[in-house]
Amino acid sequence: MSNPKYKWIGTRPDRPDGADKVTGRARFGADFNLPGQLVGKVLRSPHAHAVIKSIDTSKAEALPGVKAVVTAKDFPDQPDLIVPTGEMQVNLRDITRNIMAREKVLYEGHAVAAVAATSETVAKQALGLIKVDYEVLPHVIDVAEAMKPDAPLLHDHLITEGANPAITKPSNIAKRIEFKKGDTADGFAKAEIVVEQDYTTQAVHQGYIEPHAALASASEDGQVQVWSTTQGHFQVRGFCSRLLNLETSQIRVTPTEIGGGFGGKTVVYLEPVAIRLSQKSGKPVKMVMSREEVFRASGPAPGGNVHVKIGATKGGRIVAAECTVAMQAGAFPGSPVGPACMCSFACYDIDNVHIVGYDVVSNRPKVAAYRAPGAPISAWAVESTIDILAQRLSIDPIDLRLENAAKKGTKTAYGVTFNTIGMVETLEAAKNSDHYKTPVKPGYARGVAAGFWFNVGADSSAAAHVGEDGTVTVISGNPDIGGSRASLALMAAEELGVDYNKVRPVIADTASIGFNFVTGGSRVTFATGLAVVNSVRDLVRELKARAAKIWNVDPEAVIWENGMAKPAGSNVGEFEPLSIAQLAAQAGRTGGPINGHAQLNVTGAGPGFGVHVVDLKVDHDTGLVTIGRYTAAQDVGTAIHPSYVEGQLQGGAVQGIGWALNEEYIYNAKGKLENPGFLDYRMPVASDLPMIETILVEVPNPTHPYGVRGVGEVPIVPPTAAIGNAIDRATGVRMTDLPMSPPRLSEALDAATPRMAAE
Amino acid sequence: MATTLKINGEQKTFDAPGDMPLLWVLRDVLGLTGTKFGCGIAQCGVCTVHIDGQPVRSCLLPVSAVGERAVTTIEGIGATPAGTKVQKAWLDLEVIQCGYCQSGQIMAAAALLASTPKPDDSDIDAAMAGNICRCGTYVRIRAAIKQAASEGGRS
Repeated sequence: MSNPKYKWIGTRPDRPDGADKVTGRARFGADFNLPGQLVGKVLRSPHAHAVIKSIDTSKAEALPGVKAVVTAKDFPDQPDLIVPTGEMQVNLRDITRNIMAREKVLYEGHAVAAVAATSETVAKQALGLIKVDYEVLPHVIDVAEAMKPDAPLLHDHLITEGANPAITKPSNIAKRIEFKKGDTADGFAKAEIVVEQDYTTQAVHQGYIEPHAALASASEDGQVQVWSTTQGHFQVRGFCSRLLNLETSQIRVTPTEIGGGFGGKTVVYLEPVAIRLSQKSGKPVKMVMSREEVFRASGPAPGGNVHVKIGATKGGRIVAAECTVAMQAGAFPGSPVGPACMCSFACYDIDNVHIVGYDVVSNRPKVAAYRAPGAPISAWAVESTIDILAQRLSIDPIDLRLENAAKKGTKTAYGVTFNTIGMVETLEAAKNSDHYKTPVKPGYARGVAAGFWFNVGADSSAAAHVGEDGTVTVISGNPDIGGSRASLALMAAEELGVDYNKVRPVIADTASIGFNFVTGGSRVTFATGLAVVNSVRDLVRELKARAAKIWNVDPEAVIWENGMAKPAGSNVGEFEPLSIAQLAAQAGRTGGPINGHAQLNVTGAGPGFGVHVVDLKVDHDTGLVTIGRYTAAQDVGTAIHPSYVEGQLQGGAVQGIGWALNEEYIYNAKGKLENPGFLDYRMPVASDLPMIETILVEVPNPTHPYGVRGVGEVPIVPPTAAIGNAIDRATGVRMTDLPMSPPRLSEALDAATPRMAAE
Repeated sequence: MATTLKINGEQKTFDAPGDMPLLWVLRDVLGLTGTKFGCGIAQCGVCTVHIDGQPVRSCLLPVSAVGERAVTTIEGIGATPAGTKVQKAWLDLEVIQCGYCQSGQIMAAAALLASTPKPDDSDIDAAMAGNICRCGTYVRIRAAIKQAASEGGRS
């Protein structure tokens, strides 16, 4: 299967990093070392909420082998200033307090101090010698509790932004946001059926298998080098520059291969601390988190409480919809409640919509982005409610969604009017799939749900350099998580008209290419792809100019075709075409090195829509759900490397299945996380899953030369509701709280049994 | 303490405490960083190596417990018939997304094929259930094991 419009795009060549990743040669975050490096370790709070009265580091500093100790005093305080980090935002005043607690500790695992020592053993011993005097405060974990007027207050300065009327008293509600379209009171008055329901979800972790890791080396002249596993080395540079008062040009960050991120590696935890320890000790410092630290102090994705009300006609036309989302931000403001609200009804064309969101702090680690941040939480609630509606109206769940599907020209509740989108095509693809047309097996039930994500553009830079032999290096600056190097090389090969294997894609460090925004928002193949295409076009312009010089004709008289410079017509003269290798061989005589460059702020990201279908059975005794068949259909624009697009759909679905059936942060009464490891935080493994079938619906994005849309985030949005909907159809029990784990589901089934018997 | 181990066909002598887990000997003492750390409690499988051909979680295995037995890591698995086939199938079917867990997945798959040349789905489930892939490449891991098995004959 390849795309008939293109030679390379739509093919499935080997990835440039493939061989290194099956032989153990690829170097990830913790695989980098420098001579004489020290081991850095962090002391973390045992309390969920406490005032730091004093920290005594003298005994740790006196321990032989300890070369540096840092606390918040070693980091300058920061202004109240919000900066973007991918799809989320952080406040510099908060982030310096998150990397190292200042006045208070705000969650169990919050960093309080760090040491650099000659060995892991000495570093751990030194942590035990640091004396922190805490005054323990009452804590609050749950969002609904945190919103109450008498809840323990995390931040004395936090006044709810966006409240109407304005609020002057501090609370844990950082922000209230609202989106309105039409008039829902009017809409509900016209409704012939109204469905209303409350839902909850728990915090889940991104679960990347590679823990956070960083190696920093500060020189006597003030220059700093960092090797870090990150989704955005330019963001690492930017944050470290701010947090340590260093000029960006003094910090050079090299991204390592990255062992998963899913949004969780778009912020900094270790890097500024490692730099500071290196500055103080005069030695390179390497820091690697343990798995417990990853769970307690990085990520997670938030949980939320969602209320949904939908009104429709008997024919299934939705006439009004309301949604209220209260979302965990963690210890500092900045949950993805905005995207959760905006995505909630984005799949549908509804005249009257009212959405309200609350960003709520509590004594949990500060949340980080996780694949379509926020969207799965509102989709869980909205897509479950739509299924209730479909059942009450006895309408096929795909037909009900088709009746209300957003299309080109639909105005969303958040104000954007859609250009060409593929919601209808994706629903039709799911409806016409072999899976949907095959009758459900006895004992199984089928669920359907849809999902939406905006996808983003933003800043990208790229360069294309011709080597002496005519092969091409394509240089960009986004860490490659799932095969983006191959996709960028395919677009470059297509544009240049040369073999894919003659194009080598490279990810440059922060000093070797212009700024690139994070690998996030499903932006790399789209936005950095566009920068690569433009850099190759710049290169082709230069190649044509060189041919013109050799032929002594105007550059406009040269065309570029199949990797060769050719005369534009017979009137130009009789010239043999010149290959890149031939042009490279003569470069010294025609103007020197032949390179192309591009830098741009990319707009026009094409939104994506997904529809998932699941067949499952429920063991009524144990509450165990077994998935029998799963299909993910998605509008993917143009699939540049279809294997990786399918992989994104499968991977997102697997993570969504984990979110639906098992994963949750569990806190005890003292506000401590009880399951910070893979033993008790259960992520899906091979034996939990069937084949995940994929359907790539190609509705090209009109704003990209190859029609690219982001694809990585949409597939995590539909699974939870698709599974909940199938469970309801299998058992008659509507689950409204995630996860639908065996104990919770069996409890719900038991609770429903006497009621059902009575009915 | 001077210790000698047979690793990837070579005798290596080094100093390390006897209770040091094999994973850290490989990574920090011998510089074989292809074997990864994921959890430290033998729950994720990224640290899988072979001891006399059997898949073992190196993060919990004290180096002193290895003794005379042969250690094979991801750096050496390509020299075995099953390892070669698995690595080729992994590339052919584009199994990898981020790649971090794949050292462990490949080691587990190579051990499975060496002992069970024609595994069925339940053999694959049993052999691979201890290896987490958060990118969710399970569908392709299964297909790649089957492809490697179908190459047959030489293991």
